[in-house]
Amino acid sequence: MTRNRKLIFDWLWPLAVFGALALVPKLNVSVPKLFDQPISSPGTLALLSACVLYGGLALTYDLQFGFTGLLSFGHALYIALGAYLANIAITDWHWSFWPSILFTMSVALALANVLGFVSLRVGGIAFAMVTLAFAQAGAVLALKDPHHWTHGEEGLGADYTKLPKAFVGIVNTKNLYWLSLAFLAVVFFVVRWAVESSPGRIWQAIRENEQRVEVLGLRPRAYKLQSFVLSSFLAAAGGIVYMLLYSGSTLVLTQPNFTLTLLLMVVIGGAGSRWGAVLGGILYTYVNDRLIAIGNSSTVEGLPHALRTPIEQPLFLLGIIFILIVVFLPGGLAGIASRGRPSGLRRLEEAIRPGGSDGGVPEQLQESA
Amino acid sequence: MSAVAARTLLSVRDLHVFLGQSHVLQGVSFDVPEGGVTALLGRNGVGKTTTLRAILGLVDRRGSVRFGADELVGMSTHRIVRRSVGYVPEDRDVFTGLTVAENLRLAERDAEPRYDLVYELFPELERRAEQRAGTLSGGQQQMVAIARALLNDNRVLLVDEPTKGLAPVLVAQVADVLERLAELTTVLLVEQNLGVVRRLARDAIVLDQGRVVHAGDAQELLAQPALLRRLLSVGTHAA
Amino acid sequence: MSTFLLLTVTGLGLGAMYFLIASGLSLIYGLMGVLNFAHGAFITVGSYGTWWASLHVFGGVQSNLLRWLLSALLGLAFGGVFAALVELVLIRPLYARHIEQVLVTVGLQLSFVALVTGIWGPDPKTFVVPAWLHETTDIAGAHIPNDRWIEIATAVAVLALLQLFLRKTRYGLIIRAGVENRAMVQALGIDVRKAFTLVFAIGGIAAAIAGVLSGVYFNVVGPEQGTSLLIFAFIVVVIGGLGSIGGSALAAVVVGLTQQYTNYYASAGVGDMVVVLLLGVVLLARPRGFAGAAVGARA
Repeated sequence: MTRNRKLIFDWLWPLAVFGALALVPKLNVSVPKLFDQPISSPGTLALLSACVLYGGLALTYDLQFGFTGLLSFGHALYIALGAYLANIAITDWHWSFWPSILFTMSVALALANVLGFVSLRVGGIAFAMVTLAFAQAGAVLALKDPHHWTHGEEGLGADYTKLPKAFVGIVNTKNLYWLSLAFLAVVFFVVRWAVESSPGRIWQAIRENEQRVEVLGLRPRAYKLQSFVLSSFLAAAGGIVYMLLYSGSTLVLTQPNFTLTLLLMVVIGGAGSRWGAVLGGILYTYVNDRLIAIGNSSTVEGLPHALRTPIEQPLFLLGIIFILIVVFLPGGLAGIASRGRPSGLRRLEEAIRPGGSDGGVPEQLQESA
Repeated sequence: MSAVAARTLLSVRDLHVFLGQSHVLQGVSFDVPEGGVTALLGRNGVGKTTTLRAILGLVDRRGSVRFGADELVGMSTHRIVRRSVGYVPEDRDVFTGLTVAENLRLAERDAEPRYDLVYELFPELERRAEQRAGTLSGGQQQMVAIARALLNDNRVLLVDEPTKGLAPVLVAQVADVLERLAELTTVLLVEQNLGVVRRLARDAIVLDQGRVVHAGDAQELLAQPALLRRLLSVGTHAA
Repeated sequence: MSTFLLLTVTGLGLGAMYFLIASGLSLIYGLMGVLNFAHGAFITVGSYGTWWASLHVFGGVQSNLLRWLLSALLGLAFGGVFAALVELVLIRPLYARHIEQVLVTVGLQLSFVALVTGIWGPDPKTFVVPAWLHETTDIAGAHIPNDRWIEIATAVAVLALLQLFLRKTRYGLIIRAGVENRAMVQALGIDVRKAFTLVFAIGGIAAAIAGVLSGVYFNVVGPEQGTSLLIFAFIVVVIGGLGSIGGSALAAVVVGLTQQYTNYYASAGVGDMVVVLLLGVVLLARPRGFAGAAVGARA
């Protein structure tokens, strides 16, 4: 019985959801309030592609943040790496597609190992600052463009002649949507498999209480590195999807705010919950896009200044929503379903708490020491 | 001074503390009479330190702690302390980056802190006033920790293993000071050294696994080696 | 040689701003365990507050110097009050829930930048400053912009004042003790939360000073300026050792100078990379930074 339930929850239910989502481009219907154009139109499909892509990217972030308790402010580095390096190999170095992808993913793996190793020398909040600094170095590199590869502020448009034909052009928007969806599905099942594996259980134990893991004779750092590397690797893959989806790479990807945006998505959806992170990514992207669309429309022109600002600057409103969720609903949207049990941010407290005076070693350990 | 049946000063009822997933205190109840030393005994890890910290509000707790007319559960730590509760924590917890004088100055609560008493009992602290507390020996740090509590006129002192890790000569010295303190105020003392307990304590409370398993006259308890061994799993080693 | 001198003074000027931001971050982190992203907003409050005051409050003041000084003073007041409010309204209700506190400051920072952009637009604003600040002084053949001296002098003064405050006042004592062991401070009968609000206000004022000075240094103030300064301030805080003012000062000088020298002698942007590299090296060698304060950095 429980075995069947597990099967249903772990495989059938997600497969059904992704299967249903895969049929979306075939829907030739209009949903007037939600989308300006019919579902199967390139415009709406492009928005939906972005939604599922961000759902996947948010989940890669949740793997290290929500499931392992690593608060990184530098996740964008790996997404940007995927988007830029693959693009540079294709467009600047004129490599063909698959070698570029292979090369990019290898570099991402190596870089995540090296930077993860260094930044995991510190824990908690210091880790957040260090990852932020490394990402900033990447952002500066992309901006200053010493080798004339990234084209600085212009961004780097991809050489579409080298890209697989199926992913080029407006007529193929539905393929790009399926690509994004495939990315989301792969991330979803990899994350599911990883967190249920025996190292994955230790990641979650580290999140709950790192010292207890240490007391068991395990080295938390090695496990944290695993989670960090897997999360970063998947993020780089997402970066490649981003590059294909937008036929290029832009500086936005490299900036610290990009990571913070992912953090917003994950917390809004529910940290440490697979569906929560995915839902957060999708909803955030959708709301952001709609607010921008409304902000550019003529109806806003007539509004008083004080009302226009929040609509024209979606991040203002989304930031406020985020704060309210942190304060009043720490489990995020997914936490609504698990009322009563500690969920989301509450569960993360142990992991990221600084080793301050009134935190730190549980007292029963002190007394028996 | 304890000839008359003393009034109850501190009354702990059904005190529960959870630390993470462990239920450290499971309904602890006891009374501390006014005046003299009440010893809180028990093996390592049974919740003695947690009991003191729970009284002070340093850990989340449920239940009731009556102190005179006040209910302490629900009150924040600094307000509890300002009702004249002194605390000498386990492991001293002096501020190592501050000088001895700064450590004492930080502890001043009354309008006229009793530096004369502190320096009479610990003349060494006056000489070392400008020394960083982190450079002091363990015994000297313990003096600072006790002195912080002595500065103010406390109605009760919570003292956690003051002789832990000290050389025998210092243990005797600390016991002298505690004896002097017990004349001035009520002391709730967590102590492993039964020699010190024998010398100072009038009442004894024994904790085991988060519960009170014995409460009564300290000297009577110490006179029963079999009972002691059962409660504490130790012999009556002398100091 | 003259170039080297110019780079040195400019690097120190930059380091001065880093220090002003990092000192508050470091104190807040040391005492409360909060990584305060909203510090970027404090910088912006200082710079935009000053810019706004110079137009709408002190617009009629004839002397540019007086106008600038008065506006800056108001800007600092805004910074301090804003920071104290942030602590009271957003941080205090989440007491001891460190991650939620960090996230709230992240949300505040993002919202605030968006709000400022929404109200005053994304374009940088020109700062009214005394003309003298844009002139140069010749020292050993180097033409050194005068504003650099103001930045350095201000940072040194703030450092001295902070040390004086921390060493000589009761609240300074409480803060130093609280950085070491917050619970024990409370167990001495002290309401440590008052110190929390105070360090936020102090941090807010120092960050607002950095905001005003960044307006002078870059000639303009923009909505994103706070964020970019904040990132280097974070690096300074980690290198200097969390919770240590002296460590922050030292690290700020090292980072500012390194950035200037390498940006000039290597190429633009390399300086920023080298600083990050420096951070990596420091972490590998001493995970707790120069000053090695025993807070936060769980290896």
